[in-house]
Amino acid sequence: MIPISWYLLLSAALFCMGVTGFLIKRNLITVFMSIELMLNAVNLSFVAFAHQWNPVKGQIFVFFVMMVAAAEAAVGLAIIIAVFRARATLAVDQIDLMKL
Amino acid sequence: MNIDLLHLMPTDIFRILPEIVLTITGVLVMLIDAALPPRADRRNLGWLAAIGTAFALLSSQAQLVLLQLPERTGFYGTVETSSFSIFFHVLICGIVLVALLVALDTLPENGHHKGEYFALIVFGAVGMCLLTSAVELLVVFIALEISSISTYILAGYRKDTGRGVEAAIKYFLLGSFATGFFLYGVAMAFGATGTTVISEIAARVHTGENQGLLVLSLGLMLVGILFKVSAAPFHVWTPDVYEGAPSPVVALMSTAPKAAAFALLIRVVYGAFPSMQPLWTPLLWIVAVLSMTVGNLAALRQQNVKRMLAYSSIAHAGYLLAAFAGVGNTGITAACFYIAAYASMNVGIFAVVTLISGYNDELPLIKDFRGVLYRTPVLGGVLIFFLISLIGIPFTGGFFGKFFSFSTAMGGGAIWLVLIGLLNSGLAAAYYLRLVVSVAQKPEVDAPLAPARQPIGVAVAAALMLAVAATLVLGIAPGEVLKNATQGAYELMPHSMHQVNSPGSSVPQ
Repeated sequence: MIPISWYLLLSAALFCMGVTGFLIKRNLITVFMSIELMLNAVNLSFVAFAHQWNPVKGQIFVFFVMMVAAAEAAVGLAIIIAVFRARATLAVDQIDLMKL
Repeated sequence: MNIDLLHLMPTDIFRILPEIVLTITGVLVMLIDAALPPRADRRNLGWLAAIGTAFALLSSQAQLVLLQLPERTGFYGTVETSSFSIFFHVLICGIVLVALLVALDTLPENGHHKGEYFALIVFGAVGMCLLTSAVELLVVFIALEISSISTYILAGYRKDTGRGVEAAIKYFLLGSFATGFFLYGVAMAFGATGTTVISEIAARVHTGENQGLLVLSLGLMLVGILFKVSAAPFHVWTPDVYEGAPSPVVALMSTAPKAAAFALLIRVVYGAFPSMQPLWTPLLWIVAVLSMTVGNLAALRQQNVKRMLAYSSIAHAGYLLAAFAGVGNTGITAACFYIAAYASMNVGIFAVVTLISGYNDELPLIKDFRGVLYRTPVLGGVLIFFLISLIGIPFTGGFFGKFFSFSTAMGGGAIWLVLIGLLNSGLAAAYYLRLVVSVAQKPEVDAPLAPARQPIGVAVAAALMLAVAATLVLGIAPGEVLKNATQGAYELMPHSMHQVNSPGSSVPQ
């Protein structure tokens, strides 16, 4: 059987990829996808830990995370559409009306 | 986990009574909004939402009878009713009530989805209230998201303006980013302890197993929560969001979600990780110093009033975090009191700024505020009063908030933290006074006049009076609130904490 640490390492790698993508990507949709990647990395961790501890508790958590991520995606994509309507661009660098 | 519906006590429903009242109010507002003809006036929906929120406030007071019961949690140990949760329920419902009253009179008349606005505020309040009574991390996560998603939408309410949507997208992206960190922290805590109940986590943390994973978990959760309370170095979204979002929304989101997030911070550090106090105290010490200094230095060079207040709110998060350096549960008391004081003055000042600048920020700059005291003496006076409270001059809530926070930190031996805090308070007075001077100056004859506005409405007048009264009461007679905060802190303290602080333990005092 594959040891649990492998799943955790994969999850950590995915999470780091999500964080990196969030920080360096320059398109709003891609940045948003990076956040989703982070959430799914967390889900993988939960499933792995659920296997180790208590199957029900960790798995229920995953369902709720998926549900909340869906709700967040609905609002997020709506905001992205509003941004595109108002600014006609999705480039992060050009959404800079307010600065220090 | 034994799923047995018979174990749901009737008192369980009573434990989430304020949330139920708020949810019913929100659904009613939304349904009636959909049923009304498109051109009908939505103002009465705002009154409905305000009345519902007032009932939620009363019902959280009614929960005091639950404190007589031997057990404190309901719904299989996920929701707790204690003096702590009731303190925050009353505070949050009060803020939401003021925010609704401000919105009633300041939202533009037509075509602005007023009904949805009121419903979203009430739904957000459900999440914030639930966040303060949740003692299980799954419920915490759901509550956090209910509150966040509502505020993301509210932040972008001026969706036709570039700044409005920019505020919304920045708030949304950084908020979700923070949620990701918090969630990963929860996963690590679950992995290290096999449970997501805060008190059970505390018991396992105390045994000293899986320390590495737990430290990682604490760090990740702190990053997530500190983002939400906009403490430096996680504050970068705050000025942009506060500048771009409509002022009545900022009145709400600079106070209520922050109060809820601080309640969560208290629950996480004191509830789940009490035996790691030697670890998180220095961390929060650094964050407190950074927040104060960065917030105040940046606020000094702002020309825009809302941006200046945004940086000032970062600094206030720093003053508040100073309380966490206190010994044992004294920090909780001071932090709770500071949150109440901060919320009452900040919700008030953004209400005044809404009235002076207008909903669409026609007069955003400090120099535009020149002569407000002469044009509308009441507004100018109230604005100066809130600024005085933000500076921390006696007889206002801001003074006692800072006093308790710093004296608690002093009691914990964090003398340098207090010194830096006092220096920062002096620095902060400079930019608050700049606005006071601008408000009190004689207006130039050819200066652009404030946009034509109706006389101050009934609702917003009531909101201002509530905020002024709360700030004054906290500044003149803080005893009652302080008593409640102390009681809440006492009930929150888990038993393991008393052991940690008992003589002979290795924890430095």
